[in-house]
Amino acid sequence: MTVEANTSAIAIASQQASVVRPILEWVARGAEPVVISCGAILIGLALFSIFILVLGKSPAALFQLMYTGGFGSWFSIQNSLSRAAPLLLTALCVALPARLGLVIIGGEGAVVLGGVAAAAAALPFVGTLPAFLVLLLMAAAAMLVGGIWIGLAGFLRHYRGVNETISSLLLAYIAIALMNQFVEGPLRDPASLNKPSTTPLPAEYMLGKIPGMDVHWGLAIGVVACIISWVLIEVTSYGFAARIAGGNVRAAQIQGLPVGRLIVGFTAIAGSFAGLAGMIEVAAIQGSANASLAAGYGYTGILVAFLARHNPLAIIPVAILLGGIDASGGLIQRRMALPDATVLVLQGTLFVVILFCETFYGRFKIFNPDLWKRSP
Amino acid sequence: MKSNQGLNFDHFGCQTAYKDDYGYNQAHAEGAAALKALPGVTIVEEENVPETVDVQKTMESMINLDGATLIFPTSFGYFDPHMLAMAAKYPDVQFRHCGGLWQEGKNPANTGSYFGYIFQGQYLNGVAAGYTSKSKKLGFVAAKPIPQVLQNINAFLLGARSVDPSITCQVIFTGEWSLAVKEAEATNALIDQGADVITCHVDSPKVVVETAAGRGAFVCGYHANQSPLAPEKYLTGAEWAWGNVYTDFVKKAQAGEKLGNFVRGGLKDGFVKMSPLGPAVPAEGRTKFDATLDEMMTGKFSVFKGPIKDNKGNVVVTPDKSYAEDAIELESMAYLVEGVVGSTA
Repeated sequence: MTVEANTSAIAIASQQASVVRPILEWVARGAEPVVISCGAILIGLALFSIFILVLGKSPAALFQLMYTGGFGSWFSIQNSLSRAAPLLLTALCVALPARLGLVIIGGEGAVVLGGVAAAAAALPFVGTLPAFLVLLLMAAAAMLVGGIWIGLAGFLRHYRGVNETISSLLLAYIAIALMNQFVEGPLRDPASLNKPSTTPLPAEYMLGKIPGMDVHWGLAIGVVACIISWVLIEVTSYGFAARIAGGNVRAAQIQGLPVGRLIVGFTAIAGSFAGLAGMIEVAAIQGSANASLAAGYGYTGILVAFLARHNPLAIIPVAILLGGIDASGGLIQRRMALPDATVLVLQGTLFVVILFCETFYGRFKIFNPDLWKRSP
Repeated sequence: MKSNQGLNFDHFGCQTAYKDDYGYNQAHAEGAAALKALPGVTIVEEENVPETVDVQKTMESMINLDGATLIFPTSFGYFDPHMLAMAAKYPDVQFRHCGGLWQEGKNPANTGSYFGYIFQGQYLNGVAAGYTSKSKKLGFVAAKPIPQVLQNINAFLLGARSVDPSITCQVIFTGEWSLAVKEAEATNALIDQGADVITCHVDSPKVVVETAAGRGAFVCGYHANQSPLAPEKYLTGAEWAWGNVYTDFVKKAQAGEKLGNFVRGGLKDGFVKMSPLGPAVPAEGRTKFDATLDEMMTGKFSVFKGPIKDNKGNVVVTPDKSYAEDAIELESMAYLVEGVVGSTA
């Protein structure tokens, strides 16, 4: 073999490497969150299996039922999707502020007040305006009120130094008290005797179902909201500035970024999504605002956002997965005589394991091309 | 486990409490348990279903996956819109809701509602309390100022005032059906203000009963029998007897008969029963209690008999009026009677 031939072989090899290597690097970087998240879910399921074994039941039968109840048939899939719909929006209420380094856990408050605002906004116009306009008005009112509510937690955080986690949680209790006050007082429909509610929306003013599915439009709205949020965070300069501020507030301030406005703005947008979830609950499900609005969607949204690592696009599959777990909960109760808290144990286990597995990021060389051996 | 013979029967519990809560849900679970003795019946139960689209999906899942043909949703919020939506979608399935107000012509024929005149039991609670109280002050821990709760508060005081017209009853509304901390706080506050007999209308009376007995006050029960929690302090209690009601529904369904759409009943109909009298009730009280109970069993006793004033001084039942327990006017009660310390808003 001549020297020339040898060098050309190396050149070809390095040429190949220069084509293959970026692809490998891209795959490796992209694989890290997928592998770690899926691994965490598997570990969580394994721990949960031990719990089920201790209760003297078969984990295999349980997972089989979870599949049947959550995704095993078209009915089950629709069941899961309709449970996922509100979670998409309430998860955004946690995920968006999280990108700024804020932990907002009071989305429930924005949901219930959004629902009340939507019901109140609809009342004067039912019968005079077309349904589409009334629904738009309801959505606008709900988003405004939800935005103000969570924006308030952001405002208190930045301008008064109040911990946003605590303030948003406490604001949620105030919101529920306000809702009770409104639906039992000024907004009460006198015909709602034993369940105080606002005057119900006529059927033709309700938000309908997605054609061909037994799932209301809230699902589509939630998916669109997730995509918009992803663009906002990942593509716009506004989102870039928010991520900088989330990474290091001091650095962002030194760069001259308007940190205060970012915090209030992002918390307000987050709250408006949760408020919209409340409006959808009224317009698509309940028909009126009442105590049923406080169904815990705001709190399940926290779980969804953390499982999705605050990535708005990842929220979509995670919400559907949790919707499925939720949908199968009833079947597990009925067929295996396990308490309703079983699926909560699973959700809690997953939550803790996923948080724990956050510490694995950057620990595996295989996912970090910068640490790979240099090719010759 | 799907039954292939006879009838599937479903029951599912309320939003915030559990089958062993010594309260509302336990009463229903005991009722459902009574059905397990019937041949050809499979029961599937689900508890803690939030009052949202989950309710509809749970019913659908029971219908589609378990083959349920008769469904008993037992939480207030399940009626409208959830049960009504499912009834329209599944016209062959029968739905009977606990506590709702089914209306002819407005609600579908395959739906209905059932409830009991449990305020009769609260009146009897009041009689026992009236004879036992030393301070002549009673306490009532209530969830929400809605007609079914107001009936109970008013009946409790009217029962006590049938013993001694100077008795008063303070009421505290917690605002929620199940809020253990506030229920305990309310119980303590009532006792601090001198009340020595406490009763309640919340989903689970457990906290109220244990807190009151722990402070040395007497208690009257509600929903289920709480005497095991405070054997010495428990006077009596107004309990549901859903076992009779459910058995009746299911036997009718099995025989192919039409189920009632608006089903109501009181003590004499076996919808409601009293806990046995506790040791603290004096002999005189036992006699009066039994006599009143006997009169109620004939169906001729009226709890809300004029003249009755509300606690703002307005006449709410004129002297010539006397409401039978099934009077529809009682279902929209919005006042507290004279002698009740508290406000509905």
